[in-house]
Amino acid sequence: MSPDRPTRPDSTAQASLKRRQFILDSAKMACGVGMLGLGLGFYAKQAKALPPLALRPPGAIAEADFVGACIRCGLCVRDCPYNILGLAKPESPVATGTPFFTARALPCEMCEDIPCVKACPTGALDHGLTDISDSRMGLATLVDHETCLNFLGLRCDVCYRVCPVIDKAITLDVIPNTRTGRHAMFLPTVHSDACTGCGKCEKAGVLEEAAIRVLPPKLAKGELSKTYRIGWEEKKAAGHSLIDESKMVDLPDRLPEGMTLPNHYDPGSVVPPVSEAAPSAVPPTPPGMSGSFVPGTPPALGKIGSSPRVPSTPPGLGGAR
Amino acid sequence: MIKVGADAIAEKGWLAAYKWLILRRAAQFGILALFLLGPLAGVWIVKGNLTYSLTLGVLPLTDPYVTLQSLVTGHVPEKMGLIGAGIVLVFYFLVGGRSFCAWVCPINPVTDAAGWIRRRLNIRGGAQLSRATRYWILVTTLLVSVLTGSIAWEWINPVSMLHRGLFFGVGAGWMIVLAVFLFDIFVTKNGWCGRLCPVGAFYSLLGRWSQVRVSATKRTACNDCMDCFEVCPEPQVIKPGLKGGGVRGPVILAANCTNCGRCIDVCSKDVFNFGLRFNNPLENGAQATPQSAAGNK
Repeated sequence: MSPDRPTRPDSTAQASLKRRQFILDSAKMACGVGMLGLGLGFYAKQAKALPPLALRPPGAIAEADFVGACIRCGLCVRDCPYNILGLAKPESPVATGTPFFTARALPCEMCEDIPCVKACPTGALDHGLTDISDSRMGLATLVDHETCLNFLGLRCDVCYRVCPVIDKAITLDVIPNTRTGRHAMFLPTVHSDACTGCGKCEKAGVLEEAAIRVLPPKLAKGELSKTYRIGWEEKKAAGHSLIDESKMVDLPDRLPEGMTLPNHYDPGSVVPPVSEAAPSAVPPTPPGMSGSFVPGTPPALGKIGSSPRVPSTPPGLGGAR
Repeated sequence: MIKVGADAIAEKGWLAAYKWLILRRAAQFGILALFLLGPLAGVWIVKGNLTYSLTLGVLPLTDPYVTLQSLVTGHVPEKMGLIGAGIVLVFYFLVGGRSFCAWVCPINPVTDAAGWIRRRLNIRGGAQLSRATRYWILVTTLLVSVLTGSIAWEWINPVSMLHRGLFFGVGAGWMIVLAVFLFDIFVTKNGWCGRLCPVGAFYSLLGRWSQVRVSATKRTACNDCMDCFEVCPEPQVIKPGLKGGGVRGPVILAANCTNCGRCIDVCSKDVFNFGLRFNNPLENGAQATPQSAAGNK
């Protein structure tokens, strides 16, 4: 309060009252709006998870980004010629107003011109998708081997036959039927490099509950560790083995006591040449193992009750023990 | 209690006393009808809903507030979405952002009905809510959008929920609309549109410098009947223009004026009219100039 402007006590009180009111009002506002923001934030976090059986249209970007990109206009729904898509209602577990379809009810028909993607004004459906067979709406997964008719030895094959990417996304892998001993089983096998997740297989599944279902890839796929290399694929890609196979350590194979396997290739179990070398039984040496050793009878597989086991020198370690 | 606007009806006739209200309802329901023609009759003049629509396959219109929320999550929309947002931004920048609220928004008839019932039942008082709350909610929705990476307000927005619901299936969305309706009747006068809705808050910021404004051109004729204050959804905006004679011009400059024109309707003295922002002469009231000079100041 400035000295040259004497203020009457009641006006001071009034100012203080006003200040008090202002602070109270501001606090009320901050609390109320803060609560709203908190609630909205938690709700958004909760509702962001897409339920496993709801599938996004072709070209949909990752779900976490999708809810920030899709403005819920429904143009994809309108331009879907088969009326597959719908917008989620507030009570559904899918983010309110966003497009989805359920394969078991109506699967994607995989239009070649992909009108739903073209209609999207935001790029929540990625306009970079121009070939429908590149879309990954989900991944078909044979979730139940116990009820799949083909796994029971029958020839249902329905999922295989309706697949728009037949023989690429789903193949029938033939194995002997050990139950009958004389038939084959044709096991539907999904290949993730070709499956678009359209859901035709799930829709066509003849069981009460489909044994094959389109799931989000995150649920359907395992994932190798980033450092894991599959040897034969690396070898194919490089044109040669990535390791020096002459230095490869081969550990002895363990067989039941007293068992011998004629022609069994097991360099790790080789005992240093003793007496009865049987050259006729020696398998051809694999590449990279150029005859620096002579395979013989593995320990304990020779004569029963013979001398105590002598661990053999693994090839490549040059017997320096 | 004398019915609000009774004087205007007696003086000008029923039609003139409801002119802008009728036009406004025609616009609101006309727009809904255009959107409904597609799903109901298969005539696709307009596709989509208020967040984005495509008219006749060429004219994109995008909700700029939704676009902004999407942008702050880090997503940049496709060309059509951006062009649509640009068109809507320019349009409301010129005609007044909150014209959207009065002339387009599907929640407006709902809250107008609530306000009408409130006046009819003479419900007074209720919870005190600052008219600035909406701006805080606006900021909060943008913050939540940034933090969650999703378009935050669209999780609960009654405006888009109702509008989308009418064409794509409303589901439980009607409960949110009902909640807004009851809130406006029983909790706070003009509670939703005037205090809480961040969509309106966004549009009011957008219309900060809009050209089309209501002007109290014949303010000297005002007989203090208070009918305009009674019907106005944002009554605080009227006073500077109407009562600021000698200090302020007659144009209602406050960004929260929704350009609904109800004040024009209910005034028996024809004080108000639509005009342009810059046609705002200080000492205009005395001679009660007709609106003809619009534009050339």
